[in-house]
Amino acid sequence: MSILNVLKVAMISLGRNKMRSFLTMLGIIIGVAAVIAMLAVGQGAKEAIQTQIQSLGTNMIIIFPSAVSSGGVSNGAGTSIKLTPDDATAIQAECPSVEYVSPVIHTSAQTIYKNMNWRTEIQAGNTNYFSIRNWTLKEGNYFSENDIKSDANVCVLGQTVVQNLFGNVNPVNKLIRINNLPFKVIGVLNPKGQTAMGNDQDDIIIAPFTTVQTKMLGWTWVNVILASAQSSAAINDAEQQITEVLRARHHLQSWEPNDFTVRTQTDIATAAESTSRVLTILLASIASVSLIVGGIGIMNIMLVSVTERTREIGIRMSIGARGKDILYQFLVEAIVLSLLGGLIGVLLGVASSDLISSLAKWTTLISPESIILSFGFAGAVGIFFGFYPARKAALLNPIDALRYE
Amino acid sequence: MLIRSSLKIDLEEETVEDKIMESNNMNNNIIKVENLTKVYKVGEIEVHAIRGVSLEVKKGEFVAIMGASGSGKSTFMNILGCLDVPTSGSYTLEGTQISQLTRDQLARIRNNKIGFVFQGFNLLSRTTAVENVELPLYYKRTGTKERRELAMEALESVGLADRAHHTPNQLSGGQQQRVAIARALATNPSLILADEPTGNLDSRTSIEIMEIFQKLNENDITIVLVTHEKDIAEFAKRNVHFRDGKIGSDIIVNPRKIASKVLELLPVNVEEEIV
Repeated sequence: MSILNVLKVAMISLGRNKMRSFLTMLGIIIGVAAVIAMLAVGQGAKEAIQTQIQSLGTNMIIIFPSAVSSGGVSNGAGTSIKLTPDDATAIQAECPSVEYVSPVIHTSAQTIYKNMNWRTEIQAGNTNYFSIRNWTLKEGNYFSENDIKSDANVCVLGQTVVQNLFGNVNPVNKLIRINNLPFKVIGVLNPKGQTAMGNDQDDIIIAPFTTVQTKMLGWTWVNVILASAQSSAAINDAEQQITEVLRARHHLQSWEPNDFTVRTQTDIATAAESTSRVLTILLASIASVSLIVGGIGIMNIMLVSVTERTREIGIRMSIGARGKDILYQFLVEAIVLSLLGGLIGVLLGVASSDLISSLAKWTTLISPESIILSFGFAGAVGIFFGFYPARKAALLNPIDALRYE
Repeated sequence: MLIRSSLKIDLEEETVEDKIMESNNMNNNIIKVENLTKVYKVGEIEVHAIRGVSLEVKKGEFVAIMGASGSGKSTFMNILGCLDVPTSGSYTLEGTQISQLTRDQLARIRNNKIGFVFQGFNLLSRTTAVENVELPLYYKRTGTKERRELAMEALESVGLADRAHHTPNQLSGGQQQRVAIARALATNPSLILADEPTGNLDSRTSIEIMEIFQKLNENDITIVLVTHEKDIAEFAKRNVHFRDGKIGSDIIVNPRKIASKVLELLPVNVEEEIV
């Protein structure tokens, strides 16, 4: 009794009740399709978040000062004034794994153009700032090294600022006032869109940090130092080197803790990924419930089938079929049902996740793992729910089975 | 793995069976039943279906078991056919003690040593004649090619080779019963058990079936037949009457009817051979 023979017998008996076999499979089909589609949506969301994190900058490293406490009251991260532009210069000079460094000052300011005004965020950095944050130009130019050295009153605008101050007017070479200081617009940035948290990344004005530091705020320190590693593999090395350089510059003894924090993009990505993983698991577990329901459908039909074919079982036993033979016969039928359903479900799942991405404009991503997982799960469901009816058939008394009408 | 290991067991058991066959040549008994009883429990009541039966059937015999309904002949038949086990007493089939076998061992005995022919034919519907005949060989794990050859051989022996690819509902009652006989013959069993094989057939077809049985018996195949029709029992060599779970009489049939001669006297039933 070869496997092929058993399969043939199973296919023949399933073929006799095509409609019923199909309806039974439908439970598994829907279950598998749902699991694949939901995993695709979850994976797609994860992918989308990763792209968004990439849009923050390439291999970005953020260095900000640690919290200070005055009189026992902690003032939160970034409140100390330990980081200076010279720290940034030192990192650039002494850390081989670091590609770009920019000191960053951020503040918010009222901006005015003619009769329009808009409150926005001013990000002040050096020429590397654009490379680190992946900003690209739509029009005009970035500010130059000379602009930094001469504290030039120039700025580059984000799309949201352009829309609110200029409307349809081309802003390049126009003068705007930021906190009553005149700035010449020399460039407009390409839009980046919202962050995962809903912040508008385009609501921004970028200006040379020297100008903002001396003319607007009168600070000697910077809020943050942004750096980028040579490659994603070099991020950890870069983090290490930056920490060493800054500890030396800040004259920290070995027992003293860092007075700054280095955070890499990987940290941010990990946090975001865990969120999307929870989402994926949630979706997949809801979908797998329908797979289990499909399995119960198989069990139900197999029980009906065993009752219907009691006489056939009796005949088979009387001419020498062992319990095991009958068990295999019905078990293989259940497995064929579930695997065939699984196969159709995979196709349907792939098709429906395509449909989701084209209708809802969501990114969906079908991983081979999700196909293997759901197909395997369908097979397991077939074995699990097919076993009881098959065992029931195998344990029938041949005399009673033969007499069954 | 499972299939391979069970094949191995098959091979081992066959060598054991061969030894039993050798030892059996001395006393020639196919069936040896001693003091057999069978008690059913229906709720609180005990039903004594068989109350101590002893019987010997030698190789090449043709025995008809007769009796009214409730006489225990069907129960006895089920035990002879290894579908059921006795409550007490012993049953030896070709030297193998049946009484204490497991379900799987009984299935193997049914497969290798016994061919069943039932009143209601009991063919698998929507399965062709030749596939029906192949079924016991399939459970004997015979190879596909050999299986088809043996099945066709068996169908030829009952004169139905030309109907091999018809399904039961395309065959007449007599033809279906001949397919069932072919199925019983397929594994070359030592014993053919027929339970009211003519019960669903008209008288001429019944005699045709008996003709086949007589022909098989001439080729040294042992046949045990259960029937309540006296004129059918007269085609056998020996008649055993059951009464109230015991053997009432055990006689040699004389004069014995020969089916082929009876058929010559009967008018030909034209409709019977319609496909």
